[in-house]
Amino acid sequence: MMTLKVNGRDHQVDADPDTPLLYVLRNDLALNAAKFGCGLGQCGSCTVIVDGKAVLSCVTPLLLVEGKQVTTLEGLGTVAAPAPIQRAFMEEQAAQCGYCTAGMMMRAQALLMRNPKPSDARIRAEFEPHLCRCGTHMRILHAVHRAARLMDTADAASDKSVR
Amino acid sequence: MSWGQQAVIELFWPNDTGTKRVNTRPNNKLNSGMPGQLRIITGIAAIVLFAGATAAFAAAWQPQIAAMAPPRPDTFDPDIVKRGRDLAAIGNCNTCHTVHGGGNYAGGLPVPTPFGTIFSSNITPDAETGIGSWPEEAFVRAMRAGVSRDGRHLYPTFPYDHFTNVSDADDRALYAFLMTRQPVHASPPANQLTFPLNYRPLIAGWKLLYLRSGDVSADAAKGAEWNRGAYLVEGLAHCGACHTPRNALGAERVNAQFSGGDVDNWHAYALNDTSHAPVRWSADALYAYLRHGWQADHGTARGPMAEVVGNLATVADSDVRAIAVYMADVSAAPAPDRKSPTDAVAQSASTDATQANAAGAAIYAAACASCHEGGRALPYGGVNLALSTAIAGPDPRNLLNIVLSGVGAVAGERSPIMPGFAASIDDAQMVALANYLRSKFGKRQPWNDLDKAVRDARAVQATSLAAGDATAESSQRGKP
Repeated sequence: MMTLKVNGRDHQVDADPDTPLLYVLRNDLALNAAKFGCGLGQCGSCTVIVDGKAVLSCVTPLLLVEGKQVTTLEGLGTVAAPAPIQRAFMEEQAAQCGYCTAGMMMRAQALLMRNPKPSDARIRAEFEPHLCRCGTHMRILHAVHRAARLMDTADAASDKSVR
Repeated sequence: MSWGQQAVIELFWPNDTGTKRVNTRPNNKLNSGMPGQLRIITGIAAIVLFAGATAAFAAAWQPQIAAMAPPRPDTFDPDIVKRGRDLAAIGNCNTCHTVHGGGNYAGGLPVPTPFGTIFSSNITPDAETGIGSWPEEAFVRAMRAGVSRDGRHLYPTFPYDHFTNVSDADDRALYAFLMTRQPVHASPPANQLTFPLNYRPLIAGWKLLYLRSGDVSADAAKGAEWNRGAYLVEGLAHCGACHTPRNALGAERVNAQFSGGDVDNWHAYALNDTSHAPVRWSADALYAYLRHGWQADHGTARGPMAEVVGNLATVADSDVRAIAVYMADVSAAPAPDRKSPTDAVAQSASTDATQANAAGAAIYAAACASCHEGGRALPYGGVNLALSTAIAGPDPRNLLNIVLSGVGAVAGERSPIMPGFAASIDDAQMVALANYLRSKFGKRQPWNDLDKAVRDARAVQATSLAAGDATAESSQRGKP
């Protein structure tokens, strides 16, 4: 048994320490936003935030996140009250099939917490680990810029929920 | 080398083993001698000093070469320009003379050295800030003697100690290539050097000690391919600039050629018979590595070497093969601990490193093994770490850099990629993992001071990230 801190709550998890974080999030905690894409850390669809940084949960064993704060997309906002990054993706219609979108949003969230006004080039460099087979890249770029503007207005910033 | 240079070296310079030459003669000569003798000695000393100062001035002073109006691009023969393009790729010119996001060949890249930071110059044909007003004669002098058109000495960060070996025809082609690039008006920032290193005439003294002309001569016994490789490797490609260790004055140690050096927080591996590659490099393996950026029995080019391989992509197969043939010969006889790939992998399976370092073993099993023991060869799987030079080598930095930052995809190429683990692995876990890999796959004593190496590698990774946030484009070299 180990304690896993996800979205501000402690969870008792009965899993081997070498289990990928993604498996525990999806199978044990039913947090299904993070997706299983390649399983090799090469597509980015499993991205979550650990202690403020974007992490590929499919290649991150539990033993590396013990005692750290894990945030998934479910921890950012809800359908009723979406976080700025979720609002921005919806307003820019930055998804087609949507499989990569949760990972993209988590990467964007981590970037904007560190760098509230990233340049276009910085966003492109940051999103290098992410694949989108639908080709929604331009809308994703717009969405990240829009999220930066949304977060700039104090009330809209919900990044306090991310630990 | 002249007698005078040899004498200067022997008098003032420690030899390469690091032992200082000590004058063991009794030093009471001046006091015990007669006044007449003293005068003679003083007189001789004065003459020597005067002659030395004159010689130093003569060596330090270089004439200005008159500026000219930039030549029109169509005055150059397109065939020569094209040859110059391939030569510039072999010379890796753009790696130092281009900042990511800046104009091609417009300079401005900070090159950190033990003496301070030197910024690369603008070598586009801009008349004011580049080399647009340079006649060919001035370009050739810069390549051969490290002197700017205006007569200033250039710092040897510009590897003219290798470029002395470049032929007249190749210098002409490089000139034609550079003079037909897009002119960019851009001056590099001022060098950050402290006195007296910012006093350029001192470089003349460095040149007296270390700049030798034409130290590559053809070896008729070796064949055309080997000789072509020697010409490229020792000259324009300047492989030794990174792969040869440097002495206290920043010059390559000639008697330790290719025994491994430093570049941008990476270790440039030894390429001679002291190489730590678990499997000996062959000419074929080196050719494949230089051609594609990876080789199944050795692994992947990354850091500054990835840029070298990227530049070689446009170079003719024959030249890449010549480089490989020559370097494979330089690496000479295999060290006794060299194995075949299968032996190396088989041997790593039979240890008890797992029990000694449970934390490292668990991280490896959970985070690394799925790719590195997935049974897929490069470039689609990870290299078996028993074949890794980074793990077998004497310096942990390359392993740490790669685990923290990963290996980025190369546009348009099938190439290995690896996610970076900087965000998920902490320093203690990184130390445990590195120690485990070293003992399990490297079969060697633990690295010294690994804690500090991990902290340093982390700091470099964080600095690179912060620099990327601060500017539109990263200007850091060696981004994996």
